[in-house]
Amino acid sequence: MYKKILILLLFSFSAISYAQNVDVKGTITEGSSGQPLPGVNILIKNTSRGATTDFDGIFAINDVPINSVLVISYLGYVSQEIAVVNSDPINIVLQEDTETLNEVVVIGYGSQTKKEVTGAVSTVSSETLSELAPVKVEQALQGTVSGVNVTTQSGAPGAGLDIRIRGISTNGTNGPAVFIDGYQGDLSLLNPNDIETITVLKDAQAAIYGTIGANGVILITTKTGSKNSKTKVAFNTYVGFQETTRKLPLLNATEYALILNESYAAAGQNLPYPNVSGLGVGTDWQDEVFNASVPIVNHDFSVSGGSEKLAYTISGSHLYQQGIIAPKKTDFRRNTARLSLRGDISDKIKFSSNVIYTYLDRDSVNDFGLGSVLFNALNAPPTLSAYDQNGDFSLVPNTAGLGIEIINPLAQIENTFNDFDLRKLNGSFSVDYQPTDQLTFTSRIGFNTTEQKGKSFAKIVDYGGKVFDVTRSSVSQNSENFNDYTLDLFANYKDTFFEDHNVTATLGTTIYKTFGSGLFATGYDVPNNDWAYADISLATGTGADGVRDVSSYAFDERRMSVFGRLQYDYKGKYLLSAMLRRDMSTKFGPNNRVAYFPSATAGWVVSDEEFLNDSSLINFLKLRVSYGVLGNDQIPNNGYVGQLNGEATYVFDGILTNGVAIGQLPNPDLQWEEAKKFDVGLDFRILDNKIDVTTDYFINKRDNLLISNIPVSGIAGVYAPGGSSPTINAGGVENRGFEFAINYKDDLSENLKLSVSYNLTTLTNEVTEVNNSTGFIEGGTFGVGQPAISRMEVGQPIGYFYGYKTDGIFQNQAEVDAHPSQLPLGANASPGDLRYVDVNNDGVIDTDDRTNLGDPIPDVTMGLNLTLNWKNLDFTAYAFASIGNDMVRNYERTLTDVNQLNYVLDRWTGEGTSNTVPRVTTAATTNNVFSDYFVEDASYLRLQNVQLGYNLPADVIESMGFTKVRLYCGVNNLVTLTKYRGYDPGATSGAPIGGGIDFGFYPIPRTYLFGLNLNF
Amino acid sequence: MKIKAIKKIPVLVILILVYFSCTDDFVDRDPVYSIDSENYFNSEDDFNNGLIAAYDLLQSTYINNIMGEIASDNTLCGGESATDVIGYQQIDDMIHTPVNDQLQNLWNWMFAGVNRANYLLEFQNNVDFEGKDIIIAEARFLRAYYYFELVKWFGPVPLKETRFQLGDETTIPRSPVEDVYALIEADLIYASNTLSYTAPQVGRATKGSAQALLGKAYVYQEKFSQAAIVLDNLIQNGPYDLVADYDTLFESQQENGVESVFEVQYTDAEGAGFGCLQCSEGNIAVGFNGIRNYNGPLFDSGFSFNVPTEESYLEYDEDDLRRDVAILNIETWAAQTGATYGTGYEHTGYYNRKYIARQGDLNTGDQNLTNPNNYRAIRFADVLLLAAEAYNRGGLSDVTAQQYLNRVRNRAFGDTDHEVSVTGTALTTAILNERRLELMGEGHRFFDLVRTGNGSVIPGFVEGKHEVFPIPLEEIQFSNGNWQQNPGY
Repeated sequence: MYKKILILLLFSFSAISYAQNVDVKGTITEGSSGQPLPGVNILIKNTSRGATTDFDGIFAINDVPINSVLVISYLGYVSQEIAVVNSDPINIVLQEDTETLNEVVVIGYGSQTKKEVTGAVSTVSSETLSELAPVKVEQALQGTVSGVNVTTQSGAPGAGLDIRIRGISTNGTNGPAVFIDGYQGDLSLLNPNDIETITVLKDAQAAIYGTIGANGVILITTKTGSKNSKTKVAFNTYVGFQETTRKLPLLNATEYALILNESYAAAGQNLPYPNVSGLGVGTDWQDEVFNASVPIVNHDFSVSGGSEKLAYTISGSHLYQQGIIAPKKTDFRRNTARLSLRGDISDKIKFSSNVIYTYLDRDSVNDFGLGSVLFNALNAPPTLSAYDQNGDFSLVPNTAGLGIEIINPLAQIENTFNDFDLRKLNGSFSVDYQPTDQLTFTSRIGFNTTEQKGKSFAKIVDYGGKVFDVTRSSVSQNSENFNDYTLDLFANYKDTFFEDHNVTATLGTTIYKTFGSGLFATGYDVPNNDWAYADISLATGTGADGVRDVSSYAFDERRMSVFGRLQYDYKGKYLLSAMLRRDMSTKFGPNNRVAYFPSATAGWVVSDEEFLNDSSLINFLKLRVSYGVLGNDQIPNNGYVGQLNGEATYVFDGILTNGVAIGQLPNPDLQWEEAKKFDVGLDFRILDNKIDVTTDYFINKRDNLLISNIPVSGIAGVYAPGGSSPTINAGGVENRGFEFAINYKDDLSENLKLSVSYNLTTLTNEVTEVNNSTGFIEGGTFGVGQPAISRMEVGQPIGYFYGYKTDGIFQNQAEVDAHPSQLPLGANASPGDLRYVDVNNDGVIDTDDRTNLGDPIPDVTMGLNLTLNWKNLDFTAYAFASIGNDMVRNYERTLTDVNQLNYVLDRWTGEGTSNTVPRVTTAATTNNVFSDYFVEDASYLRLQNVQLGYNLPADVIESMGFTKVRLYCGVNNLVTLTKYRGYDPGATSGAPIGGGIDFGFYPIPRTYLFGLNLNF
Repeated sequence: MKIKAIKKIPVLVILILVYFSCTDDFVDRDPVYSIDSENYFNSEDDFNNGLIAAYDLLQSTYINNIMGEIASDNTLCGGESATDVIGYQQIDDMIHTPVNDQLQNLWNWMFAGVNRANYLLEFQNNVDFEGKDIIIAEARFLRAYYYFELVKWFGPVPLKETRFQLGDETTIPRSPVEDVYALIEADLIYASNTLSYTAPQVGRATKGSAQALLGKAYVYQEKFSQAAIVLDNLIQNGPYDLVADYDTLFESQQENGVESVFEVQYTDAEGAGFGCLQCSEGNIAVGFNGIRNYNGPLFDSGFSFNVPTEESYLEYDEDDLRRDVAILNIETWAAQTGATYGTGYEHTGYYNRKYIARQGDLNTGDQNLTNPNNYRAIRFADVLLLAAEAYNRGGLSDVTAQQYLNRVRNRAFGDTDHEVSVTGTALTTAILNERRLELMGEGHRFFDLVRTGNGSVIPGFVEGKHEVFPIPLEEIQFSNGNWQQNPGY
């Protein structure tokens, strides 16, 4: 430090001895608004003397040598240099920097310009958000950011989405950590129009977040008003009409009857439909359950502005969406309100706060899994009409051929009753204290508090002997609350030494606590068997003696962290940063309480080197590299404590009696998952900055994955009711990939502006360790009663499909005889059956012949975004493609009398008729065991969004008092090109092991939107 | 002034943060509303709760009963197809290997029972209260019960009187059968000396339960004189008797009745699923044994496992009242009542009538897994026959042996015309045959055959191998060379 003072003194002396000095004063204003700009740095060039503008944009520096140069810089604005010639006031207008290189990027406990960023960081702006008009924020990340894949769990209103940053790295929780203005929060509930930018930290840049950074980090910056600005009002609204994108080609009644006849005859049974004439097309159950022109409406507004010392934003939104299936029973309502305030308490102390209130109401029908509405619609026989003669819902017959799970989907909808409400308050309060120009202390607290209630009613209903029959009515209610807070304190020190050595040091601490509880109860015998009376207060019946109708839980998890980061650059050309974070967490076992996460990043701005200085082609070129260790603490709570949460129930005196027993065995060594992330990147801009390219290659190794239910010796009693073996850190996964993003921006003429961006991500996933006795973990179900089909196994992608490989169809008995016996799979083969490959060449087809049949992880994902502006018209289109993701067709119940997709019309009916679709028969075959026959390539290209907007001419709207009036129409999810037969090739449960299995996914609706943006 | 106060805010916040940060105590917290397993058993209630847990695993012994019966020559496996519950099918055909899910379940569940009893016993000196010795005695009875099953099925098994810890499988050897029995005897002697003939609640073990199991353990070891003493004591002093009408014995009205010396309690009050069969509070064997696709009076449907053979049916004398109670001739029944039924794999036309589903229970879902029929684990008739065997085979008194045997036979025929008067080995044969007829369908036959050296009457039985079942392959692997597989597997 004293060296610096020395230098400063030296400079001062030299200035005094060689020049005449003046006192300089001036005002700095903002180019577009003309408002004064506070906080602008003014530095006398080649010294460290300077000043900062006050709230009126005024600065003053005394004793400035004549002819010295003032450097005026402000983040996000073009820096200016001006020579001091006399003591006249200097008035400077700063222009906003449109070159995105100086765009400020938040990187966690600090920010950098885009030029300085040395990690793999992507951003999504509020413009993109408004163009995409997503219902949920996650949707805006699909196809807009390389390395990020977003999948839907269902197209039902309000259904969840999963974000995967650079692949699936764990068999546990894969979702990224989300920070809203610095505190840990939830992305899915936000009003998209409250967001200024979304920043995605994909590599070791996120290591400042230590044990929560391994899955990547998403930083949300919310919109705030600006000081000294007029009140601005923005009002946005749209209405939309939704319909299904797809209906599956099912057999009609006549086709169905003929196929059934053929399959019965093949097994020597009587024909179920001896007379098919007059059956016609029958019932199209999909038409019965899908609705068209289903509404979605959204309104939001914001009011923002600022006085000299205070800036504010108030916003509110309302969204209401009905489902294309059962619009009266499936809907989603989200109301939000937000208040953001920031201001200056003194010239050294600033505060900001942001509080959001969210109300959410969601009702749903079974939209996922065996027994979903669509599952029923696909399997119900078309010969059955939806209603009987009395106008009641018809019953799907209780026969062996139709099983006991398939029910009339309309009756199912009618008898579904549930309600889910959520109320959430989240926000932050932050204070910055800047004792000197170089040093800033920030302390802030962010919090979330959520109250949610759910209710479901099981009505007495008789589907005619199906598993969904209810003989005693009950109502189940629950109330849960989740709370957390993030408390941060950190200091940033930013300074320049010896002119060219720029240093930023960050040191801080953060603590996080999350706690909550839930209460669940069931009441029996609902009065009048009616939803209107479905409440425990009225349903006074109880379960059998000793059966507990209530349950509850509570949790309290905490984390305490200390972190530091040192950033250094030489002339902005050579950039280095190093980070270290120390985490302690209640999630970790006593033997592993403390975790350290080091990381480093480096960058070289090659274009600043002399040899590229004059390049007419290359405007900017930067090489980046990063490596770091990060953690994932999203692991089960209290896995290191032996708890008495096993099941202990026995019958004494004829009634159930509950005791206590040990649950899961503890693992005192339990620790976080550990990610080692390597990234090398190249960013460049060419052709007058018109083309901007970002590329990355990454290797993410994740170790210490938690393997639960590790098979262990039974003598330790882990197989008792409610018991289980300990969860241990014994797995590993590696993801490698390449990312490429290119933007092309050009003003083709004064009236025509074009912007195209394209991004591509490749991904190779490989499991590197599963250290249990079997060497694999299973998940995912197929059919009824079949073994699990998804595996996590060393050398394979996580969640790959494991089953039999087929090699066409047996065309004749000779081929059957020439092939190893398929009897171990359950039946001898006949001509027309699938031929399974003897993978291990042991002369028999058995369970050892199962092999890798594909995986649900896309090899390549791509996004293409196009924006065109012509005069007052604007056009945007967003497309997304996913290549190489496989999906398992599992919405077919594979019983003899269920309806089928019309591909069965191409079945094998004799030698040479088909080599892909097996014969139909009611006799026992092995055709329904899990094989690649059921695995389909679900690669797809989706035009996610097109929008055409028109801005009313300025002179027209100004007379009406508006600053902007834009009308637009658009279509979301316009078209999907795919070979996949099911509803939605992009849907998945999101499970790392067991994803990509299609039980009849509720398709994402196609939505026609008409909207209006008003600003005044 | 105001500004000054505000200026202090950041300082204050810093101080608070520094306080939190400097103290790692922030992350030292006890799990919310949870009880540490190492900090329990501090009151009478705690002991009672722990005891319930030890009893809980009795319900999983359904698998011992169904599989023990299937293993014997009494029944065929049945089910839907040759691959329906492959573990049962293989045991029926005596082609079972160390890879057998059902045997693994049995191993896992019985050891879970041992461990739950041991958990309580590990902390038995924690506190004192009146009646603690009863709880300790019941826990020891249960440990003996589970170990008796383990030694019957697997022969030598690892022994421990506190909970097994992970890793014990690599260090604790399989104790010889004598040592396992020594622990069983010690536990049961303690239990029979501590407990009384009436339990605090119906369903809990009594002095009689302990004496009967001790006698049985002695007979299994051919310690006939010790068996005779304890069984005689039970017969003379216990409150037990034969139910006059064998027909009612397996119906709900005779649950925990006068003939019940120890009974596993089941209920239909709580639902269950295939995901956790050991969690069911119902008797799963009953649903599995049930008549396939049955429609008719009295009974309910099931999965048609464990179907008696024609030979078993014909083994009964025409006059034997037990035959039509033990075995349902479904064709005759259907002809009489108009009932309809389906035929499963290995359909014999007979069902294990003692333990097939009855109508009239709650049918809580899944109804095949929640049948409330209690399993009569030790019946007084069993005690009488064991005592008879001890007196006869121990060379103590064939007269007493005949008395006990004939007490059972007289009830079976409703008269005294069928009494046995032979002696010596002929009497032994008669007693053992009587055990088959009296205890048909109750899961004892396989072990009676094996312990008397008659295993080879079972088709496919290989002497020197099939007397015990293989240790699950995974357990051999987990033991890392510590345990050897049973001979022949």
